[in-house]
Amino acid sequence: MRETTPREDLLRGIWKENPVLVQLLGLCPALAVTNTVPNSIAMGLATFFVLLGSSFLVSLMKNWIPAEVRISAYILIIATFVTIADFVLAAVVPVIHKELGAFIALIVVNCMILGRQEAFASKRPVGRALLDAAGTGAGFMIALLMMGTFREILGNGSVMGYSLFGDNFEPWIVMILPPGGFFTLGFILLSFGWWKDRQAETSHVRQWPHGVASGEEAL
Amino acid sequence: MKELPTVQADGGSSDSGPPRAPQVASVKLMATLAVAGAVAGLLIVLVFQWADPQIQAHRAAALRAALLEVLSGPASYRSLYVSPAGLSMTPPAGVDTVTAEKVYIGYDDAGDVVGYAVTGGEPGFQDIIQLIFGYDAGQGRLLGMMVLESKETPGLGDKIFKDLDFVAEFQGVTAPIKGVKLGAGTGADNEVDMITGATISSRTVIDIINHRLEALGSALEEHVPEPPPPPSASSAEEPPAGDEGEERS
Repeated sequence: MRETTPREDLLRGIWKENPVLVQLLGLCPALAVTNTVPNSIAMGLATFFVLLGSSFLVSLMKNWIPAEVRISAYILIIATFVTIADFVLAAVVPVIHKELGAFIALIVVNCMILGRQEAFASKRPVGRALLDAAGTGAGFMIALLMMGTFREILGNGSVMGYSLFGDNFEPWIVMILPPGGFFTLGFILLSFGWWKDRQAETSHVRQWPHGVASGEEAL
Repeated sequence: MKELPTVQADGGSSDSGPPRAPQVASVKLMATLAVAGAVAGLLIVLVFQWADPQIQAHRAAALRAALLEVLSGPASYRSLYVSPAGLSMTPPAGVDTVTAEKVYIGYDDAGDVVGYAVTGGEPGFQDIIQLIFGYDAGQGRLLGMMVLESKETPGLGDKIFKDLDFVAEFQGVTAPIKGVKLGAGTGADNEVDMITGATISSRTVIDIINHRLEALGSALEEHVPEPPPPPSASSAEEPPAGDEGEERS
């Protein structure tokens, strides 16, 4: 695999290989809990924390984890951090914890997190793994925030609960319901693809190979 | 997958290797997972120690709000301890006040009994569903139902608390409740329409209520209500000090 610079490791996940918008990973929470901005932030932060902690531990212990049981070990590490995040959210923000419900526990099976362990953290030094996790986690949070803002504005006429349009606005209830998640994701992916095409047309110098992810990192 | 730091030098999987090699490996594999599991367990326990009191406090506040809701806003309420002898205001001997089984009795402004709030929990589709319901023992009717905790499937099972039509059906229904498929009801007083696509979750809600009333038996009917608490001691607006600990579910 091609050597990457620390800067690339950090920035790659935020935009060029954004887990949701480009790699299409972690779509379950991205569709399910982005109906409001607070929910998106809570889910983004919880996932960020789990990803950072798991990447740190996996990278730290990569030489002690036998290859045969590596997936079990990764899942164990991820599940530990998810349980911690679950307790912390329940203790600090019980309302949001209740709103997110089962989706907190389901962070364990977010393939984005396991993917980063298998593809990156288990092969790289701790520092790089942390940079990659921070970038990917931030990218995930950005994607969730984009969806959450879009859906809350249209579906509820508000941002963070603050009403934007006054009483005459008729909210598009469908946007905060599950179909709204698909509409929003489709719309954002469409805009994203259009923007990338424009970029490719106008720019001849590209820093990274175009595409979803380099071959060995795609799961 | 191809760049793993693997130790399989023979190229074969560990199953097809010589019988001696996997034995050495399996000890190491088990040791790795055992150590990792122990460390994970320790971490979780430490965080739980910190988080548990706060979670319990939130839960107690939620329970208090819920019991006011299912008793339709009583003027005051008391906790009653459940024992084989019936309901009493003092805990049965040798029972911890925190873990003791309790029901709550609500009074209206005139000091008359509104009804009893009873909690219960049973496994639903995903995890244990915890709920509270208000019960008018004199008329054998429910006053309302509220789900306290559930991890039922979002979009399907979670309708047991998100579908307000379903929740509203528990107001005034007579016990024991009979769950009927949507549209199959005969209009009887004890029928509740179950949620299409969430049969197990809605069936569990009905079962919890029926089983709890069955378990309490005639204790609720036979209970001779004490007078309502004096307004200053335990009014609904101002729960007594130390209530957080007592109200644990």
